[in-house]
Amino acid sequence: MSANNASDLPTVSDRLAKNAMRNVSERLIEALLFCAAAVSVLTTIGIVYVLVSESINFFQNVSIVDFLTDTQWTPLFDDAHFGIMVLVSGTVVSSAVALAVAIPMGTVIAIYLSEFAKPKLREVAKPVLELLGGIPTIVFGYFALLMVTPLLQKIMPELPGFSLLSAGLVMGIMIVPYIASLSEDAMRAVPMSLREGSYAMGATKLYTAIHVVVPAAFSGLAASYILAVSRAVGETMILAVAAGMQPNLTWNPTEPAATITSYIVQVALGDLPHGSIGYQTIFAAGLTLILITLCFNILGQWLRRKFRENY
Amino acid sequence: MQIHDQPTLKAEARNLNFFYGEAKALKNINMPIYDKKVTALIGPSGCGKSTYLRSFNRMHDLYPGNRYEGEIRFFPDNTNLLAPEVDPIEVRMRVGMVFQKPNPFPKSIYENVAYGLRVRGENNKRVLDDKVEQALKGGALWDEVKDRLHELASNLSGGQQQRLCIARALATDPELLLFDEPTSALDPIATGAIEELVHELKKRVTILIVTHNMQQAARVSDYTAYMYLGEMIEFGKTDEIFIKPNDKRTEDYITGRMG
Repeated sequence: MSANNASDLPTVSDRLAKNAMRNVSERLIEALLFCAAAVSVLTTIGIVYVLVSESINFFQNVSIVDFLTDTQWTPLFDDAHFGIMVLVSGTVVSSAVALAVAIPMGTVIAIYLSEFAKPKLREVAKPVLELLGGIPTIVFGYFALLMVTPLLQKIMPELPGFSLLSAGLVMGIMIVPYIASLSEDAMRAVPMSLREGSYAMGATKLYTAIHVVVPAAFSGLAASYILAVSRAVGETMILAVAAGMQPNLTWNPTEPAATITSYIVQVALGDLPHGSIGYQTIFAAGLTLILITLCFNILGQWLRRKFRENY
Repeated sequence: MQIHDQPTLKAEARNLNFFYGEAKALKNINMPIYDKKVTALIGPSGCGKSTYLRSFNRMHDLYPGNRYEGEIRFFPDNTNLLAPEVDPIEVRMRVGMVFQKPNPFPKSIYENVAYGLRVRGENNKRVLDDKVEQALKGGALWDEVKDRLHELASNLSGGQQQRLCIARALATDPELLLFDEPTSALDPIATGAIEELVHELKKRVTILIVTHNMQQAARVSDYTAYMYLGEMIEFGKTDEIFIKPNDKRTEDYITGRMG
């Protein structure tokens, strides 16, 4: 009887075998997960490697000083100039217009949704708002070209058919949902006890929102603004469609101008011979773009740490 | 001329009922709050003592579905704090509150104390400086923070933060100060400091304090009310309640047989 029982019980080596199987499947899953993570990291490294190596070829032909200080960008002409500032100016102006629209609007919407809207309204409004972020940017581009530009021309008759202003405005509308949604999350994360403390002092809802909730959520707000900057700087289709593609060193939003991204589209769609200087400009421009967004990401990280939620 | 045993009324709950939606949380409460005295509310968890406290500054108005019945009369002007036509913001201008967990705003120490004054439209720097100093002295915090008024309040210790919250409430000269378990998140030393402060404060302001700690109620209060299941079971002088309660339920709670 007892002998029978003993033989029914799993022996020590049986149990170890089971454990070994478990270890194998654990390891397998771990390896799979590691591969998934490695793919994204390796892709990034690959992109940076290609950009840098092609840019090195480019900078063997064009000096960095010329690249940064020349006031013309005519890489495909006989009299070739490579002043990246021409493209940077277009990017900066269009992004500035977009942020001038998106940051105030997004923040106000977030304050409204988080502090004033009834829960039912919020449940409907937020998904609808986020839907706006799902519209393909090419649609926004034609919206800018065929709706906003003509409207603006009624106010400013001398506005050309392509302009940074109209592209920037529409780009701002595109970015609003990102800011509103992230900022609203940050504000809703502010504990109710802080709001109660403010109300108990006799403050109104608006005063509480501005003086307590917004400062308490500032790191989240800053993160959403930085994301918005990255979106604006990297946006391509709206600018390619509505801002024109001629390189133009200008700080005036009512003029047409190419941005870094729209230049890359334009050249990448053409049939430039591989290895030509014109081909290499794509990579130099791309590298510039990555460096700009990298700077903003670092700034974002720093802001987030400096204004970490301290409630 | 006031007779010793007959303190003046600061507020009085009259037939007060309160509902969270359908649930009745306070049942026909009648209770006086005496001027410049400390009144403690004790009772087991869920007995409605915090609900009662938060009726005095209309905190329940912040959430939908809450409903008051009855009155809380506020003296000397005999205003009904709960009347629909009385603006809750006006009520909160007169009734300050200190919460269970210290909740300093994400601002400097100075701006935390100046907050209520700024809400009331005071922006004169000299007036603010003066009032902030007075309030911090009132909160027994001035000596510890006078050299770092412009540092973030979140850098203070828990006990200091709670005294800051008291100073913040004092800055606007409230007539009634509500304390909702102000020491439950603090260590014994910080708790002692707050209790001492409460004792000091009753010279200038009427205090209503919710506490879980019966020793604390016995130490700091002049009057004690025992609440159970939304009802006011017994109200009286603290000495009498603790030495010979009239109600069996009060006695059970105080002696630790219940709750």
